[in-house]
Amino acid sequence: MSVEIARHWRLNPQRYQLVGEECPHCGHKMFPPRDVCPECADNSHQPEFKFSGRGEVFSYSTVYNPPEGYEDNAPYTVALVKLEEGPLITAQLTDVRNDDVQIGMPVEMTTRKITTQGDEGLVIYGYKFRPQLAA
Amino acid sequence: MRDVSIIGIGQTPAGEHWDRSLRHLAYDALAAAMRDAGVERADALYVGNMLSGEISGQAHLGALVADFAGLRGAEAVKVEAACASAAAAFRQAYIGVASGLQDIAIAVGVEKMTDDVGSKLTAGLASAADADYEVIHGISFVALNALIMQRYMHEYHVQREDFANFAINAHANGVGNPNARFREAISREAFLKSNMVATPIGLLDASPMADGAAAVVLCPTEQAREFTENAVRVAGSALAIDSLSVHDRRDPLWLQAAETSAQKAYRQAGVGPQDIDFFELHDAFTIMAALSLEASGFAGRGKGTWLARDGEITPQGKIPIATRGGLKARGHPVGATGLYQIVEAAQQLRGEAGDNQLANARLGMTQNIGGSGATIVTHIFERVH
Repeated sequence: MSVEIARHWRLNPQRYQLVGEECPHCGHKMFPPRDVCPECADNSHQPEFKFSGRGEVFSYSTVYNPPEGYEDNAPYTVALVKLEEGPLITAQLTDVRNDDVQIGMPVEMTTRKITTQGDEGLVIYGYKFRPQLAA
Repeated sequence: MRDVSIIGIGQTPAGEHWDRSLRHLAYDALAAAMRDAGVERADALYVGNMLSGEISGQAHLGALVADFAGLRGAEAVKVEAACASAAAAFRQAYIGVASGLQDIAIAVGVEKMTDDVGSKLTAGLASAADADYEVIHGISFVALNALIMQRYMHEYHVQREDFANFAINAHANGVGNPNARFREAISREAFLKSNMVATPIGLLDASPMADGAAAVVLCPTEQAREFTENAVRVAGSALAIDSLSVHDRRDPLWLQAAETSAQKAYRQAGVGPQDIDFFELHDAFTIMAALSLEASGFAGRGKGTWLARDGEITPQGKIPIATRGGLKARGHPVGATGLYQIVEAAQQLRGEAGDNQLANARLGMTQNIGGSGATIVTHIFERVH
């Protein structure tokens, strides 16, 4: 069992807080952060942009044959979520029955356990999305 | 730039080869292609492969395969582009000969998958996607395609049943291919009843994994006649990329890299989609067949399944696809698949496709897709004899 501490630690701002970037040249909002803007190729320092975590389901799939390390929760539903600021993000849905998921459903980010790297390995936390609670 | 032709082809059956390792499979296909071409040496060898490190604990396939095949005099290197590895390797061989740096170049695609049939293989296949932002969320490779298919059905008001014709056609054609993994026809009922892998993708939307290898020998067209009367000319060759992840695409329902590479290949060949006699496309999942037909100019946006519904993808239709079973029935030994497609296109153009032989096939196109559409390689081949 290899323990990949640095690989996961360096992604904490993205996994816990949805920290992306906003291009200073064209205003394009990016998640995850990039060194070069995919819209205008600007490569100057891009200021951080924290996404609200609110969005809607753009597409979804319920996974019956999970990859290694994800067997415990199967079947679970993964989604492309369209964040209200624009970008699509890939994540699992939670706090919702698989059969109740629909395209267009309003969802919000929540922090959950993503996977565990064996009995003695890392427990990796990060974002999942759940139906938006009534305001 | 020199004009380039295929002078030899070889393949192993796609399937479960418990008694053959990676190097043996590669050699079987490579030796068959060299015998077919009548060559005993090569200037360069390009080995297409995706998973040798994960499944066989083996990297460095260029040296391994060249040495094992008695080609120590050749320069050799592995080419990796996920499921598009083999067509990417072919393109490197093409570039080598076209540039004038190499006279005889061999491309071999090889994959050994059945040594791990469990979650390690699932995880290995998922490594074609973004490890930090897709795979970490428990997304299998099937699930990425399923996300695209679900949205496609929503936007274009298409039902899962509408994709059945792609699988039915592929399996009907696979019956005639002795190298196909599955040589049985399937019914619409079986398609509809097949178990869900990742909704809305069922088992019969998906291509089966397999061991296998396929190879071709290339030389300058002006020298091809010294080796064979049956050369197949490379009329167009292009590779294009898009974002690695689905969520970074401008339009997740459009294979931009398919459009870009197909347009470049058409331009080089001086033809358009209306001139193509058959199309070996990358039907790893039925949704990919639809998207490939649309982005390559054979169907309007959202209308890929219409071609299938109207029978236009069958051997009697306007644009036959998966003529020897496609990925769906022949099998999908990932890093070898692109060269199976090219070998099958060459068989059609040489008149050697047996029960699957199309009448008067002159121009054939192949398209090999890596990941969920991130690397797409399109080739156009022409019968010259």
